[in-house]
Amino acid sequence: MFKILHAEFIAPGIKRFVIEAPRIARKQKPGQFVILRIYEEGERIPITIEKSDPERGTINIVVQSVGKTTHLLNALETSDHIRDVVGPLGKPSEIEKVGTAVVMGGGVGTAMAYPTAAALKRAGNRVISIIGARSKDLVILEREMREVSDELLVTTDDGTYADKGFVTDKLRQLIDSDTRIDLVLAVGPIPMMRAVADMTRKENIRTIVSLNPIMIDGTGMCGGCRVLIDGKSQFACVDGPEFDASRIDFAVLVQRNAMYRAAEQKSMEDFERERDSLLAKVHSEEEAECALQGGGK
Amino acid sequence: MSPTATKSPNPVPIKERMKVPRQAMREQDPLLRAHNFKEVNLGYSEELARREAQRCLECAKPTCITTCPVSVKVKDFVELIVAGDYMGAAAKIREDNVLPAITGRVCPQEDHCEGGCLMGKKVQPLGIGYLERFAADYEQRHMDLSQIRRAERTGKKVAIVGSGPSGLTAAGDLVQKGHQVRVFEALHELGGVLVYGIPEFRLPKQIIREQIDYMRAMGVEFETNVVVGKTVTIDELMLEEGYDAVFIGTGAGAPQFMGIPGEHLNGVYSANEFLTRINLMHAYEFPAYDEPMLDFRGKPVAVIGGGNTALDAIRSALRLGAGKAYVLYRRSEAEMPARIEEVKHAKQEGIEFHMLTAPVEFLSDGKGWLNAARCIRMQLGEPDASGRRRPVPIEGSEFELPLSIAVIAIGTNANPLIQTTTPGLATNKRNYIEADVETQRTSKKGVFAGGDIVTGSATVILAMGAGRRAAKSIHEYLTTGSW
Repeated sequence: MFKILHAEFIAPGIKRFVIEAPRIARKQKPGQFVILRIYEEGERIPITIEKSDPERGTINIVVQSVGKTTHLLNALETSDHIRDVVGPLGKPSEIEKVGTAVVMGGGVGTAMAYPTAAALKRAGNRVISIIGARSKDLVILEREMREVSDELLVTTDDGTYADKGFVTDKLRQLIDSDTRIDLVLAVGPIPMMRAVADMTRKENIRTIVSLNPIMIDGTGMCGGCRVLIDGKSQFACVDGPEFDASRIDFAVLVQRNAMYRAAEQKSMEDFERERDSLLAKVHSEEEAECALQGGGK
Repeated sequence: MSPTATKSPNPVPIKERMKVPRQAMREQDPLLRAHNFKEVNLGYSEELARREAQRCLECAKPTCITTCPVSVKVKDFVELIVAGDYMGAAAKIREDNVLPAITGRVCPQEDHCEGGCLMGKKVQPLGIGYLERFAADYEQRHMDLSQIRRAERTGKKVAIVGSGPSGLTAAGDLVQKGHQVRVFEALHELGGVLVYGIPEFRLPKQIIREQIDYMRAMGVEFETNVVVGKTVTIDELMLEEGYDAVFIGTGAGAPQFMGIPGEHLNGVYSANEFLTRINLMHAYEFPAYDEPMLDFRGKPVAVIGGGNTALDAIRSALRLGAGKAYVLYRRSEAEMPARIEEVKHAKQEGIEFHMLTAPVEFLSDGKGWLNAARCIRMQLGEPDASGRRRPVPIEGSEFELPLSIAVIAIGTNANPLIQTTTPGLATNKRNYIEADVETQRTSKKGVFAGGDIVTGSATVILAMGAGRRAAKSIHEYLTTGSW
């Protein structure tokens, strides 16, 4: 069991967790993720690590409520436990000095872009960050991103904060203004990453995106997370999660991510009905496990 | 009824024993079991077990023992069953095999003990697997874990990477020598392939849990959620965490795809993914469990391959409600590597076997979902490197098979996580770990390996044999210090 040392909403439906996971904290590098399972009947889902503190033995994750598992996770509070957390998984981001890097975070993707932006900055790059969200209250990690960026551009889809528009509009402006861009890193919803890829492919700008397909084990064992890269299957869990955007078949990614839509919808409907009993189940598993280990909560 | 345990407990005269038919195992009715995930085989009663055990010819040179990869003393344990000493029989098996309830269920006995049984030359061989299972299950119902004696500690620490059959065997043997043993498992559940690969109807999870509880009682420590190579490296285990030796038993573990068009379509699974969803994640119990599964009801489903994994997958598909359940295998039934009993069970349940058939392309419904496979017929040519006759495509024999779901079960590749993060660990050209066939030593001092990560996909019992050899040579290494 993994103890949640701190949990707080940083935006509506978006929660940050500080989790006690000393082994993972010791090894984590930017770009890597964990797979977690909340309770015995739970599924395994991948979540990118925002950052870690090896001394304290903690990792941070930022979770947006989307389906049943993320809703249930976001219902957990400080000093609750998560049954299983495994990692750090995936290849770390390739961090090198390239010159100017544009780091783009769409929605909760900003939390995943953040550690890489910080690492790129530490490696001596000029970092221009572009973050965006649907509206004002969903803009996250603005302060953190500003600290690790030479320049920070912010957009909201509805114009309730900063500039109205998409993060891709800002990228377009940078390209059109002849800003030298040596690398783009984009993390966010698939349509956003796909739009970035389409834009930078034409400009021949090296572009990396972080994919989040359906995964189970996360160690290369099942092949469920396979993505088509240059027409060949690669596993996002061990060959990724970051890939050269120009080589990804996004259509297949979208198609495969929709594979369980019907079941996911049913789970979500069940969750809304059974939220309290599920939480009670999580807590009783916790108590049983803690009793077994001879420790209190 | 109960025979008295004297010098020769078997009341049946030797000459009469061959006349007694092999006692059938009770099993769930095929029509019923095709719709549930409960165990197919139901076990022997004490009476059936004794009657079967009495068939043993008590050979002077028992070839059932020499054909067993872990050399279980078959003759001795069978004699104890004849005598009615079932706990004694289980203890006798445990001297050589720490997972008797598991091997009694999943071993391909026809290739080992029962293949070596002299009676099999004339009539049906002794039901050694069934008897092993009987003794193990009897022990499980009657034992007291608190009575297990722990060996005196040597002060040496051994890390076991992977909680599958080779790792558990090595752990069990080493803890009995008094070493401190800790097993690291990448998944959240212990048992490796026994848990994620083999379905409930063939090996109930409860059985695995009980075998692991037994090992805990022996003193083995377990840590889940540790991906060695990611969470911690082999070098860190040895240099920072103080392990004197490491055994790598991670299994082959990376799925092989066919490399044919359409493999990315929705509805095409690797056997590893399909079985992991079912077995580890309980997707067949959705929505009581959260892991989803596609709706199989009434749909045509095929598995590609002819091994135990292929049969496990297609029989699972049938239980999920598949309307048609096909096995597509590129060779003929004689070359199928699956256990004979599984083939029999699958046929009883209504699985259709299409031999000498292989898909060449998966076809889409235009919306990204599988809707058919273009297949080709094969004929058998000259033997290949495996000694089996090579399948050769018959030109012009292509046909389309309507399919909603396909499961690819053609084998596995080496998972490279450990090889790429362990300096000094030699691998062969297929990226399996090089290990001595006798001692299981790798090229790296203090590091041993065995099971599928050395040999490629094999069986539970062969992996256990490797774990056993490794434990023996790890003990030697820890005792003598010489490499």
